[in-house]
Amino acid sequence: MNMSRFTETFMVMLGRDPKKPEQVSEAVRQTMTLKYQDKDRFVQEKLHTRASHRPSHEWRNRRWAVLIAVNLLFVLSFWLDIQMLEGSLTASRFVGFHLIDLNSALQVMLAHKHIIVNLFIGTFTVFLLWVLLGGRSFCSWVCPYHLLSELAEMLHLKLVEKKRVTDHEFHRLTRTVFWVLFGLMAIVTGYTVFETLSPTGILSRALIYGPGLALGWVFLLLVFEVVYSRRAWCRYVCPIGLTYGAVGAISPLQVSFRVEHCFHEGDCRKVCLVPHVLDVTVKGRATDMNMGLGPDCTRCGLCIDVCPTGALGYEVKGLSRLL
Amino acid sequence: MSADRSSDGVPLDRARKARRKFLRSVGLAGGVIGLALLGYIPTTRAGGVRLRPPGALDESDFLSSCIKCGQCVQVCPVQAIKLGDLDDGFGVGVPMIDARRQACDFSCDAVQCILACPTGALTYKKPHSLGVRDGARLAALPILKAKEKDPENTLNLKERIGVARLAHPESCLAVQGKGFKGQVRGEAFKGRMRYMEVDRWKPIRIAEHPYDLPLCDLCVRECPVKNAIELRPVKGPDGQERMTPVVLEPCVGCGVCEMICPTEPAAIVVDAQAPWKA
Repeated sequence: MNMSRFTETFMVMLGRDPKKPEQVSEAVRQTMTLKYQDKDRFVQEKLHTRASHRPSHEWRNRRWAVLIAVNLLFVLSFWLDIQMLEGSLTASRFVGFHLIDLNSALQVMLAHKHIIVNLFIGTFTVFLLWVLLGGRSFCSWVCPYHLLSELAEMLHLKLVEKKRVTDHEFHRLTRTVFWVLFGLMAIVTGYTVFETLSPTGILSRALIYGPGLALGWVFLLLVFEVVYSRRAWCRYVCPIGLTYGAVGAISPLQVSFRVEHCFHEGDCRKVCLVPHVLDVTVKGRATDMNMGLGPDCTRCGLCIDVCPTGALGYEVKGLSRLL
Repeated sequence: MSADRSSDGVPLDRARKARRKFLRSVGLAGGVIGLALLGYIPTTRAGGVRLRPPGALDESDFLSSCIKCGQCVQVCPVQAIKLGDLDDGFGVGVPMIDARRQACDFSCDAVQCILACPTGALTYKKPHSLGVRDGARLAALPILKAKEKDPENTLNLKERIGVARLAHPESCLAVQGKGFKGQVRGEAFKGRMRYMEVDRWKPIRIAEHPYDLPLCDLCVRECPVKNAIELRPVKGPDGQERMTPVVLEPCVGCGVCEMICPTEPAAIVVDAQAPWKA
C-alpha cells in the first residue's frame, strides 16, 4: 500500500470522511470504461449474478465459532482447571505465556506510570499476535461484546424496518476523542477509568468469574444500541477498537477489494460495522485494481458473505489471495 | 444567495443535521465520561476499605496497577479472592478478600496470587519509587507455622494487608471462660482451610473438621503465622482471672481469626489496610 493510501485510511479511522480520489490508476480507468461500455450487458450480468448468488453466513458462522471457542477456553480453563488460558481478556496466560490486552496495558501504564517486565513481555506478545492477525480482528473474532452487539443490531434493524426506531448517528471523530480522554483521565486521576465501563472486560470477567451488577451496564448499552443508535459503543466509543486498529494498520491480513468484479450496488456497506472502510466500493472511488480496506476494518467477513460477485475477500499481503 | 443556503453555501437542512449530529456527539462524550467518573464515588467513600490479597500495593497504586484479569482468583487454593463489582467504582474487577466468608490461610505456602499477577499490583518486591505506609512494614518475614520445620520457613511478605483486632471482647468465648465443641460456623459454612495433620496440599471444609476445646483458642490455634496472636491472662468482667487473645506485631492481617471465630458476629475481626500500632 502506498503512503498516501495509508495516511488516508488512518485519518478515516480517526474520524475524517473518506475523500473522492483525485486520480485513479490507468488499469482502473480502463476497467471502468470497459465495465460500463455496454449498459445492457452490464445490467444483464448484474441480474444474472444476483439471481445465481446464494446468500451465505459462512464467514460469520466461522467467526462466531471462533469467538465462542476463545471465550469458552477462558471459562473452561478456570472451571475445569485445565489451565490452558488462565485469566480474562484484559490479561491472561496461554499455557504459561503472558498475554496482555493492549488497551488495558496502556490504561494501566498511564494510570500507574510504572512498567514491570511481565507487563511488557505480555503486551509485546499480543502486539505481534494482532499485527499478524489483523488488529481489529480482535473486535469481531474475540470480543464477547461484539457478539451481543451483533444480535442487538439484528433487532435494531428489524425495528428500523418496521419504522419503530431510527438510527441516530454520531460523529465518528467521537471515538478518537474518547481514546484521548480515557488516556488523559488515566494519567490525571491515576485510575483505569475506562476499565470501569468496558463491556469487554466486564463480560469476560462475568463469563469466567460469575455475573454481577456490572452486567446491568452492559444491558443498558445494548438497549441504547437497539432503540437509539446502531452499534454505538463499537462505532463511536470503544478505545480498544482504535488501539487495535492502529496495530492492524501494519497488518498483512486484510479484506481486499477487486474493483473489476464489483457492480457498485453497496450491499457490503449496509452490513458493515465501519462502512467508511468500504468507500472504495462506491463507483469511482477505487484507485487500484486490488485495495485493502484499511485499519478500521474488523476483518469480520460480513461483506464477503454478502457480496454476490466475490469482489471482496481475505488476503495476506505478500501471499497470493487466500480464499 | 438563495434562502435555503447558509452563508458558506451548504444547504440549511444539511447544516442543521450536521449541527444536531455534533451536539449529539458532544452529549454522548459528556454522558459516557460522566458515567465513568461516577466510579469515584465508591472509591472515595469512607468505610469502604477492602481487604486486598497479600502483596498488594497501597490502595490507590493497587487500583491503578491492577489490570482486572482475575488470575489471582484462579490460583487461590481456598478461593479466598473475589473481584469487585460495579458498586466498587474504579475497583470493578479488582481482587479483594471477605475474610469472614473465606480468609487467606496461606495454604499455598508461596503466595500464589503474587506469582500470578502480571502487572506487579501484587508483588514480593515493591519498587523503590513507591513508599511504605506507616505501620505496614513487617519487622521480619512472617514464619508460616505450617512449614516451620522446613529449611525455608518464612512467607515472602514484607508488608501486612491489615491487622486483627478484638472488636467484641464481651462476646469472645475465651474471655467468658468458655470452650468450644462442634463445627465452627455450622454445617452449612463453606469456608476452607488447610490442616497440616489432614493434608498439606489439600484444604478441606472447616465444617469437616470439628473441634472439642475446653477453652476456645481457635484464633490463636489456627492463626497461620507464628507469634502473631496469643492468649494472655486478663481480669474478666466478673473479677475472675480469664484469658484474652492479644494481637502481636507479626500479624499480617490475613483474616483467618475472623473466619474461624465461632461467635456471631465475630469477636475478632481484621481491619483491612490498617497499620500496626504498638
